[in-house]
Amino acid sequence: MSSTMRDAFVTSTEEVLADPRTTVVLADISAAAFEPAAARYPDRVINVGIREQLMIGVAGGLALTGQRPIVHSYAPFLVERAYEQIKLDLDHQDVGAVLVGIGGSYDRAAAGRTHLGPADVALLDTLDGWTVHVPGHPDEVRPLLRDAVCGQDSAYLRLSVQANTQAHPQAGDLHVVRDAGPGAPLLVAVGPVLDAAVEATADRPVTVAYTHRPRPFDTAGLRALAGTEVILVEPYLAGTSTRVVSETLADRPHRLLALGVGRGDLRRYGSAEDHERWHGLDAAGLRRSVDAFLT
Amino acid sequence: MTTTTATDLGAFLNRVRAGREFGANVYSTLDVLQVLYDRVLRITPATLDDPDRDRFLLSKGHAVAGYYALLAARGFLPAEWLDDQGGPASRLGDHPDRTLVPGVEIGSGSLGHGLGLGVGTALGLRSQGRTGPRVYVLLGDAELDEGSNHEAIAYAGATGLGNLTAILLDNRSATYGWPGGAASRFTVNGWSAATVDGRDHDALHAALTGHDGHRPHAVVAVVTDGE
Repeated sequence: MSSTMRDAFVTSTEEVLADPRTTVVLADISAAAFEPAAARYPDRVINVGIREQLMIGVAGGLALTGQRPIVHSYAPFLVERAYEQIKLDLDHQDVGAVLVGIGGSYDRAAAGRTHLGPADVALLDTLDGWTVHVPGHPDEVRPLLRDAVCGQDSAYLRLSVQANTQAHPQAGDLHVVRDAGPGAPLLVAVGPVLDAAVEATADRPVTVAYTHRPRPFDTAGLRALAGTEVILVEPYLAGTSTRVVSETLADRPHRLLALGVGRGDLRRYGSAEDHERWHGLDAAGLRRSVDAFLT
Repeated sequence: MTTTTATDLGAFLNRVRAGREFGANVYSTLDVLQVLYDRVLRITPATLDDPDRDRFLLSKGHAVAGYYALLAARGFLPAEWLDDQGGPASRLGDHPDRTLVPGVEIGSGSLGHGLGLGVGTALGLRSQGRTGPRVYVLLGDAELDEGSNHEAIAYAGATGLGNLTAILLDNRSATYGWPGGAASRFTVNGWSAATVDGRDHDALHAALTGHDGHRPHAVVAVVTDGE
């Protein structure tokens, strides 16, 4: 792969900075990558140092003056450390920002628990009205960022070094990747777990649908595609979208298998691939879980 | 300029009070609010949405009774709203909500949020080339305990954010105090600062207009008698 999601984010952000409303707020992370943009737009590429509470507070203040902030750091520092600022300095002030997290669930596996961020989407899901984008390929980043920046509301882009081999740029609504016919079990893969999900069910009668926008979830698409069995595969905390599926299918008897990253602190290092395997999110692990669910 | 006499304000405050007892935190804030709205801030009910208005951010959101009374006295909100403060149909909570109260720039209540929002507001105005308006944030000395304030103080000082004023209402309520004076927390980070008697309107006015425009400015208003 020639470039990463972070590269695509930096390049796309340089484009949207042409709009004088756009303002980037950093807390040292990726500051070097934004140096050319900062030289060109010194008042609109702001690095507050390692101060995540201030980073979100500044974004809220900027938005109160009509600016459109893009706020960026590692997912755990961006979403978890400054959660109250997100709740109060953005939502409660009735202003929006675009938050762009890197690190995904376990991109920095060797860095250990402090740099893992599997709970980010679940945490934002406690708030109202957030759009969450989880691109599965670097080529999906640019259109998602541009759309988010053009809006007024709050959005979270969850970037990762995990990626599928092929981009699906128009997959906010559920996009059927493999159709096993009416009534077949439906597997919904969110973002970069699609390739593993497709491989895991290659010789199984399972319809596979993809989305890179878990919030708002395409509930109409889910109702149209779902039979009795639904399998969720999410690259963050297991069960994050269980609530949405249960509410959407509340009037139908159905069974749900929700796969994702476990809650426990594994206290293990290694690589992202190791953690994927330990959480059962590699193709072999997914196949074991899907087979057990369907038999 | 219209001024709000103590008598006027007292009448409005009594409508908010409705027989309840107010703590020292309410009374200790009244003088600085009066000086701000009477003599410093360029905000009127007619310019609520003017992008070039001054911004006043009440960070210590619990000091709300005097704030509502003053906003009513200056015509930002109908005086009748004061009679049912905190009621089920009221727009006036025990902490202010900017979406419910005309003239309120931020919703506050949880301590330590106003100064960060003020820094962002000052940066937004600067990037828009608006050199006229100034951002004033009112904090308490106990609120200064919150670490988020120190993130904002260090950054604003280091970058010379000249259109920002922090007003620290020092009624000596911080559990561990601020040895050497609260102003030193600002000046060591490159702010200008003035410490004045929080009851002395002329001294407050001089301090609140004492910024040099090249660095952020702090006004420590000391009120020790509490009432």
